[in-house]
This record gives sequence, C-alpha cells and structure tokens, in this order.
Amino acid sequence: MKKLESSLKNMLLVLTAVTGVSVALLAYVNELTKEPIAQANAKTLNEALKSVVPAFTNNPVAECDTIFSEKDGKKIVDFIIYPAKNGEEIVGTAVEAKSMGFGGELKILVGFDADGKIYNYSLLAHAETPGLGSKAADWFKEGNKGSIKGLNPGETPLAVSKDGGQVDAITASTITSRAFLNAVNAAYSAYKGNTQDSDTNATTGATQHVEYTDSVSAN
Amino acid sequence: MNNFKVLMNGIVKENPTFVLLLGMCPTLGTTSSAINGMGMGLATAFVLICSNVVISSIKNLIPDMVRIPAFVVVIASFVTLLQMVMQAFVPALYATLGLFIPLIVVNCILLGRAEAFAAKNNPLASLFDGLGMGLGFTIALTLLGAVREFLGTGKIFNLSILPEEYGMLVFVLAPGAFIALGYLIALINSFKKA
Repeated sequence: MKKLESSLKNMLLVLTAVTGVSVALLAYVNELTKEPIAQANAKTLNEALKSVVPAFTNNPVAECDTIFSEKDGKKIVDFIIYPAKNGEEIVGTAVEAKSMGFGGELKILVGFDADGKIYNYSLLAHAETPGLGSKAADWFKEGNKGSIKGLNPGETPLAVSKDGGQVDAITASTITSRAFLNAVNAAYSAYKGNTQDSDTNATTGATQHVEYTDSVSAN
Repeated sequence: MNNFKVLMNGIVKENPTFVLLLGMCPTLGTTSSAINGMGMGLATAFVLICSNVVISSIKNLIPDMVRIPAFVVVIASFVTLLQMVMQAFVPALYATLGLFIPLIVVNCILLGRAEAFAAKNNPLASLFDGLGMGLGFTIALTLLGAVREFLGTGKIFNLSILPEEYGMLVFVLAPGAFIALGYLIALINSFKKA
C-alpha cells in the first residue's frame, strides 16, 4: 500500500481518526475498570481501618465525618473521621490526617480507642526518603523503638525527645518524625473537637475554623 | 533480519539501558528495589510491544508530517490503559510506581523504537523488536534494582541475604543509582570485549 501524502485534508482526517479511536477505547476501558478501582481503594481503606482500631461491627466508611477548611473558595478535606462501633458501643475512632513531611505530604490514618489513647496507625501515603523517613511506616508501631501506642495526645501533645517530648524520633529523620507526630496531634484535636461538638453543640477554640458537613452524631 | 535476531538485538546488542542509554529517568528513579525495577520494566515492555505493533500496522495510513503526534497518541493511549488496569488489579505496585507509569509516555525508548523500527518494518518484526527491547529493559532494570537493593539493604526481592545494618543507604538513594548503573555498564562492556 502506498503511503498517504501529507495534504491538509489527509492530515486532519488521520489525526482526528487516531484520537477518535483512542478516546473510544479509553472511555470503554475506563467504564470497565471504574468498579474494580473503587473496590480496590475501598479494600485498602478497610484493611487500614481494621488495623488501627479495635474490632468493630459497623461500617465506619458509611458513617464517616469529613471536616473541610476553605481556601480561595475551594473546599479542602482536612480530616476524615471514621467511628468504629461494636454494636451500639463506640470502641474507637480512626482519623485520617495529613501534614507536610520531608519529601511532601504525609497522610496517615490514626486510631484512638474509646478513652482517646492511640491504638494503632497506618501510613496511607508519603513521599519520604526511602530507607530513612519511609521507616515511619513501622517505627511508631507497638513493639518498636518509637512506639506511640497507649499515649494520649490530649494529656501531653506528642513530640520527639529532641523537642522535649516522649517519643523517640526515627534515626536521621527528625523532620519526618515531627511531621508524623504533628499529624497525630492534629488528628487528635479533630477527633476531640468532633466528639465535643456533637456532645455540647458548641464549637471549641481549636476547631473554630472548621465546618462540619453531614454531621453524623459520634454517639 | 530474522525475528530471532531482532529479539536478541534488543536484549543484548542494543540493550536500551546498557548500550543505547535510553529511558534513564525511570531507570534511575524506580530501581530502588528489584521488584520495583521489574514492575517498571514489564509495564514499559507491555506498552512498547502494543505501540510497536499498532504503529507498524497503521504506518502507511499516517502522512509523514503528522506521524509524531499520531505515534504519541497511540503510545499515550496504551499507557493510560495500562494505568487504569494496574490501578484496578495491582494497586500495591501501582502505588509504588505511581507517577512513573504516566511518564512512560515520554520514555524515549517508545518513540525511538516507533521511529527507528516500527515505522519501517512489518508488524511481526515490530512485535519481536518490542518484545526484545522490552525484555532488555526489564532485565536491565531488574538487575540494577537487585544490585541497589542488595548493596543498600542486604536484600534481594525482599529476601534477606545480609543483615540490614550492613546496607549502604546511598545505594537506595539517587546517587547510588548513578554509581550502580555506571559500574554495571562498565562490567557489561568488559564482558563484551572478552
């Protein structure tokens, strides 16, 4: 077959056809993979939830509470609060929070038990240095050097020992450790602010700038 | 050139990483461990095979003056397709490779092979060229990943060989990628001469 010559008509036709076929194909595959992608994301979140709060029977994702702040007219998700219940009784609360780490945003899911003590956490997303800051995925877990299990940020906010706190920072990654603990502290105040808000219907000083949407009672 | 020769050409004689030195960004960026390197190599190989076959089949329908945008659209479509499928079925690998998957679009191996091979040869030969180049890239990335993972953490494919304390952290970081790649190329060249 002879090669098509580069006339304006040919070029327009060919480029339109190529992009048209590509769009149709991608739209089709997008439809096919939409459901599996949503399922995969839900599964990851569910597994993270199961690991950070005591055993629960409800569906925390369906009852979650999102806290927004507004910047330049855009809504930004600050915290997502997932209540974990066993029957009717609240056994714990998981809070998704973020802060700026060494390499970028650090996103964590931290679980508190019914007394407000840290139960466990999971590092959802990070851009820390591999081998240094990335150790945050396990460093603060139970049985490790910087374990934060059982601490209550409400009594004393968490801080690394270098800053006079009680948590051992990751070796050679103080910035990541600070960012991580800041996120935990922020998560705690969001969690406290949220329960207080639904208890007393008053906004506390710490949460004045936030607004609550679809406020499902935490009780 | 028979197809076997075309295949081996990509793996050995014109290995994209060790000989042509193409696609350095993903090579240095994703090879912090053997499994990441292999994942990236296989993802690139998949796109390379598909785009080579499609481009070689439609080469006569594309006027010369718009061939580059047409090739880029074909490559970008396969990359997007791969991205969606990976996100759906291997979310863990997708999470580690992250940004490097969409960046396959601008990997020069793909456009290079489209221009240098697929646009001049028949679809079957282009399939073998894509397979050879893809495998060559995968082998190179897995090798580099394994060397870096071993020197950096004492593991290969997450299997501990030496205790982690003996690891040299620099090999997991970017400078180690350059050092390891340089020595690997030197080694391969000396084998070739011998």
